Amino acid sequence: MSDEQRLSVFKTYKLYVGGKFPRSESGRVYEVTARTSAAEAAGKGKWLANAPQSSRKDARDAVVAARKAFGGWSGATAYNRGQVLYRVAEMLEGRREQFVREVADAEGLSKSKAAAVVDAAIDRWVWYAGWTDKIAQVIGGANPVAGPFFNLSSPEPTGVVAVLAPQESSFLGLVSVVAPVIATGNTAVVVASEKAPLPALSLGEVLATSDVPGGVVNILSGRTAEIAAPLAAHQDVNAIDLAGADETLAKELEIAAADNLKRVLRPQAVDYFRTPDTDRMTAFLETKTVWHPTGSLGASGSSY
Amino acid sequence: MPTTAPTAHALADVTASDSTLRRFLHGLPGVDAVGLEARAASLGTRSIKTTAKAYAIDLAISMVDLTTLEGADTPGKVRALGAKAVRPDPTDRTTPATAAVCVYPDMVAVAKEAVAGSGVKVASVATAFPAGRAALEVKLADVRDAVAAGADEIDMVIDRGAFLAGKYLKVYDEIVAVKEACGTSARLKVIFETGELSTYDNIRRASWLGMLAGADFIKTSTGKVAVNATPANTLLMLEAVRDFRAQTGVQVGVKPAGGIRTTKDAVKFLVLVNETAGADWLDNHWFRFGASSLLNDLLMQRQKLATGRYSGPDYVTVD
Repeated sequence: MSDEQRLSVFKTYKLYVGGKFPRSESGRVYEVTARTSAAEAAGKGKWLANAPQSSRKDARDAVVAARKAFGGWSGATAYNRGQVLYRVAEMLEGRREQFVREVADAEGLSKSKAAAVVDAAIDRWVWYAGWTDKIAQVIGGANPVAGPFFNLSSPEPTGVVAVLAPQESSFLGLVSVVAPVIATGNTAVVVASEKAPLPALSLGEVLATSDVPGGVVNILSGRTAEIAAPLAAHQDVNAIDLAGADETLAKELEIAAADNLKRVLRPQAVDYFRTPDTDRMTAFLETKTVWHPTGSLGASGSSY
Repeated sequence: MPTTAPTAHALADVTASDSTLRRFLHGLPGVDAVGLEARAASLGTRSIKTTAKAYAIDLAISMVDLTTLEGADTPGKVRALGAKAVRPDPTDRTTPATAAVCVYPDMVAVAKEAVAGSGVKVASVATAFPAGRAALEVKLADVRDAVAAGADEIDMVIDRGAFLAGKYLKVYDEIVAVKEACGTSARLKVIFETGELSTYDNIRRASWLGMLAGADFIKTSTGKVAVNATPANTLLMLEAVRDFRAQTGVQVGVKPAGGIRTTKDAVKFLVLVNETAGADWLDNHWFRFGASSLLNDLLMQRQKLATGRYSGPDYVTVD
């Protein structure tokens, strides 16, 4: 047995849309190569896999799936969302070895550095899972008003969010931009890092086997500029996170996004190892304020 | 094209008695189910793009029978539907109006008022829709009521129980009686509820039976059962109207209803019409879609073609 040569089984990386794993509607794929300093010098890395190259129709389908999932996910209790996100972290932990390998290949890291990245990413899920049922108390609350009213503000998810995942940090960066979007009840269409999409596509498999409803997160791989353009112009997308766009692309997308007044989070330099603040969550929240009569007749008081 | 007394020449003796009618219907060639479905599927793979797509979308919009058949229908809802039928996309005046609104008989008067002067027709389901389980007198009263209220089209259901029991003449006589009750003012659509007929052979027989009895339209389904319009059963009915015209010279319309929700589906049906019955049927006088949510998808696709941006459900009415 031992001297027999075994053919290795290659993995077909696929998109994750609406809880399913389709190939690109266009049928296209592109080569993903490993990143090492030697390979970079030579201009060519080791072939890792063919990733699907999504078209604008894949983007459209993903938005439809995200919109369909929005009602259920935003309507789930915050506590339940927290439990579900924690379950994602549990599943990630179980696949730790796989992600360490993929991240090491994708980002040209040593095994121990890649392990640190994956651990940080898993911790990030847990961090955001804890926030789901606390964010409302922190940024919402009762407002003092001059009148016989209770005045309460509560944050609400904004809707379908297009997320361009960071290009360099293919896994920790990805988790750091996706988790805050869905923690508060939004649904997401994620465009994976163009050169290193494999950890993101594998994350889809993790999400599918945790309790995240299909459509809450949709993951597309391909040319970022090609997929992002229709998403930015899409009338049924409510917000866009430009983390993975370069300066020129970000400007174009922001202009396209202005048409239906999307919320836009501009790209910024972030150290993804640092524990974040709540900014990425509040960027995709809207504040609903409710006025409710207190029942008293006003400052003068009642005589009965 | 006149549709009264279609059977006068070619097929007059067929309906002389129960046995001649049965002999004729059972003598129709059997349907090759695998071939039919393969043909319908292969016609569904045509790529319709750019200007052809724009034409198809506008044609499909003009063929929609905008339908609300709910127990919870209110006059307000019917009025809103009427306004939408007349002007489907108020932000774009080049959008064609739909063919008709389709309502229950008691809402005909309200619908008529809502679409007055627009050219949009009012269709009413009748004959104890959707089950069709009532005495003939009750069914006829239902029809007369709708016609008196001003319905331009009557959508009747056949007695599937009698059809499946082989009492073809009973079904035939009932359609003839309803046709008579429609008078000259209303066109008659005959619903077979194909999802309840079990076999393709039965759908072919029902189609011929309906056309022999004087139907102006043959319609797949009520939209109230699990299986509604499919490309295959619509293809079969299109073949029937094509053959019927070849034999008698009388043109009959087709209306698939229920389950057609996307522009892609609608365009597939239009391809079926063009490739099977021919371009003569590519007109809302001869082909209709019984649908409600389809219209919104057509409008969103139309907006996408006009602006280049994907539209969303926030930009069409909720109904």
